[in-house]
Amino acid sequence: MTEILRLENVSKAFGGIRAVNDVSFTLSEGEIVGLIGPNGAGKTTLVNLITGVHKLTGGKVIFAGQDVSRQKPFQAARRGLARTFQIVQPFPAMTVLENVAAGSLFGGGHAAMGAALDAARQELDFVGLGPVADTPAALLSLPNRKRLELAKSLAMKPKVLLLDEVNAGLNAAEIDGALDLIRKIAARGITIVIIEHLMKVVLSVSQRILVLHHGELIAQGDPTAVVNDPRVIEAYLGAKFAARFGTAASTSQGATSHV
Amino acid sequence: MDLLQILVNGIVLGALYACIAVGFSLVWGVLNVINMLHGSFIILGGYLTFFAWFHLGVDPILALPAVALLLYALGYALQYLFINKVVTSPVLTTLTLTFGLDMILYNLMTVYFTATPRRVTLDMGSADILGVVMPMDRVLGMGLAFFLTGLLYLVMRGSTIGRAIVAVRMDRQAAALMGIRVNNIYAITFGIGALMAGAAGAVFAMVFPVTTNLTGTFLGKAFVICVIGGLGSVPGALVGGIALGVIESFAGFLIGPQHAITLGFVLMLVLLVVKPTGLIGVKGYE
Amino acid sequence: MPTLSRPLRYAALAGWFALLAVTPFIADNYTVRVAITVAMYSALALSWNFIGGFAGYPSFSTAAFFGLGCYVGALSQRHGVPLVLAWLLATLFVTAFAAALGTIILRLKGHYFAIGSIAIVEVVRLVISSWGSLTGGGDGLNVPLLSGGPDRVASTVLYVMLGIMLLAFIATLLVDRSRLGFGLRCINQNEDAADMVGIDTTRYKILGYALSALFCGTVGAVYASWVGYIDPTDSFSILLTVKVPVMVLLGGAGTVFGPIVGAGLFVLLEEFFWANFLEWNRAILGGIIVFLIFFLPSGILKLDYRRLFRRKSPADRVEAA
Repeated sequence: MTEILRLENVSKAFGGIRAVNDVSFTLSEGEIVGLIGPNGAGKTTLVNLITGVHKLTGGKVIFAGQDVSRQKPFQAARRGLARTFQIVQPFPAMTVLENVAAGSLFGGGHAAMGAALDAARQELDFVGLGPVADTPAALLSLPNRKRLELAKSLAMKPKVLLLDEVNAGLNAAEIDGALDLIRKIAARGITIVIIEHLMKVVLSVSQRILVLHHGELIAQGDPTAVVNDPRVIEAYLGAKFAARFGTAASTSQGATSHV
Repeated sequence: MDLLQILVNGIVLGALYACIAVGFSLVWGVLNVINMLHGSFIILGGYLTFFAWFHLGVDPILALPAVALLLYALGYALQYLFINKVVTSPVLTTLTLTFGLDMILYNLMTVYFTATPRRVTLDMGSADILGVVMPMDRVLGMGLAFFLTGLLYLVMRGSTIGRAIVAVRMDRQAAALMGIRVNNIYAITFGIGALMAGAAGAVFAMVFPVTTNLTGTFLGKAFVICVIGGLGSVPGALVGGIALGVIESFAGFLIGPQHAITLGFVLMLVLLVVKPTGLIGVKGYE
Repeated sequence: MPTLSRPLRYAALAGWFALLAVTPFIADNYTVRVAITVAMYSALALSWNFIGGFAGYPSFSTAAFFGLGCYVGALSQRHGVPLVLAWLLATLFVTAFAAALGTIILRLKGHYFAIGSIAIVEVVRLVISSWGSLTGGGDGLNVPLLSGGPDRVASTVLYVMLGIMLLAFIATLLVDRSRLGFGLRCINQNEDAADMVGIDTTRYKILGYALSALFCGTVGAVYASWVGYIDPTDSFSILLTVKVPVMVLLGGAGTVFGPIVGAGLFVLLEEFFWANFLEWNRAILGGIIVFLIFFLPSGILKLDYRRLFRRKSPADRVEAA
């Protein structure tokens, strides 16, 4: 598989706090990768570093063979590095269709006005928001807003899609719907990074897992191997509990049952 | 002119400036409203003090608290009746609203008081200390300005109302959940802003002639001082005011008074871009 | 008006335009003067709409652009530049000034941007009035008069102003339908999200700001030629800088027709009050502004009669937040 995104020793310090420390990994085209870690592990900061929201204090981000460490967010979007936000960020007074058209108009596709609207309609049908296309975005329910974020990002014709907690605030049925959608997106050949702190959600769709803890990448690899990694269990459950848990944790149930 | 004299002139002027700006800074910091009425509040305070002295023979020092309370009532009413309704709107709305209210107040003042410059003359003579000559009325003005600014500082730090205002400034919703009546606090805050403006106007009228033509100038000074000192702190307004007073005083001597005023605005623009929190920007109004 | 369909709106605009254009033939000098003022403020309001309406940046620098236009136009004419070239020079200078200024001031947001944009008016005014050797300082400056008698001058100025107003309207239409307009609206709604979908927000905002200055520069230069005398207080008036946004708010910010409706209505009201309540003119205008903020918050063109009978809708609350 061809490499699409590579991080080399990426670090970020806010004042004295090292939010992300020396993180390196590679993503291949078409992969679904889960990025997990407890709250405050630096997941969102990492996404911000990849998309140019924050400046790197050290290291490099290579996207499709090009060093993009110093890019601005809009450049990331045009290159095909799209993201969704933990807290949804619609254009509230615009219609759902216009929101998505903004993605096709300015994102990687850079379509003309008419083409942008057509592309936006397709993406809305894809995520199942076709019927509410002309509703102002502010009036959507939370699950629909999350779908809108997805449609907007998809309209940008991304090569890599970073999904920051798309499932936060959703109930079990809604999460299943969202996961189906993620699989459908992956089937289009888009590389997906799912950022989550709920392990269960990630495990069921990811081919590979990256675990971030205190800003450092403490484990990566295939899902079953990662959940059995003692360092991961310790990060999630604390050292004392992990020790008491002992060998029981080596069955994969142990790591998932707490969620 | 002697450098010491220029410095002292600057500090005297700066004390008055601080007094002018502190209410404006409070309203901006707590309500997030740029109060275009502020200049007119100052002139109104000055006029009322003058008329109390000229027509009723009231000593301006005694008139000051009465004028300040009147302005407080006016400010409270304006906030309660009008500005509170749109206080969470974008700046364009709130600024335009206060500008509209200012046009009304300004018109009322020009019709009833006319634009003639007026001044309370106290005839207190001059003091001469170490070669620095200073008219006594200016010394009194400076003293009053420092006293009023200090009083506001103590009220903000020490009183229940002051703490409630600080709480609302920090987090409106949390404050509401703590049982603070936010709209009432907003009206009180705006009232205090008007009170300080009125008191500053009263002090100003004892030192310089006041006229409605000066409303824009005073408002401009308040902008500059807030940006220099940083929003939302009494010490900030004090530092900003004295800094501007001293800068204007020296610049006036070196490059002429007209350029000195330009310099103040240019300094403000540079600071806005380079350091929008001001020289001593702090969180919470104290 | 709110119920008019789009073709009808164009027809109404064409009618209004024609009415203004025929004033020299059917009405007295006073009416022609009012027509010029309407055309002038329409152009200024349409200009402000680019940055204030589309992008939602509370700019109060209109008077700086207008005043600079006055002075550049006047000074270049005094130095021998032919009339029309002087107007073009003023346009170019003011646009370049705004673009350069925009790279700095557009980093500010909300209240700080508002204050900064007002401060620019003050700084430019103070610089002009203290640079006496070039600008005549506070004494002002005489501008070469247009050729012809008073009637001829008035009709010339009217057609030039109407031409600028038309150009500003066409520019508005083009921007409204282009990526620029769409991008500015996105910036208005949520600047971070706009950045994230691939909009070069810095460039777009500078374009919007420069566009908002362009026609102000022309209008200023033509105004100077019309009145024949300019001074710093008149050219850089704070009243002008607030009045223009108020006109746009009155008509409907971010709409294509709103600025023209607002400017026309405001100027006519203002003339009416000047003529009948000279002493209370300012207070009445202030009263109109206050009324506008409370009863027409999104302008005449967006007036929704149903809203008068119900509480705020969720969409309104979002806008307010």
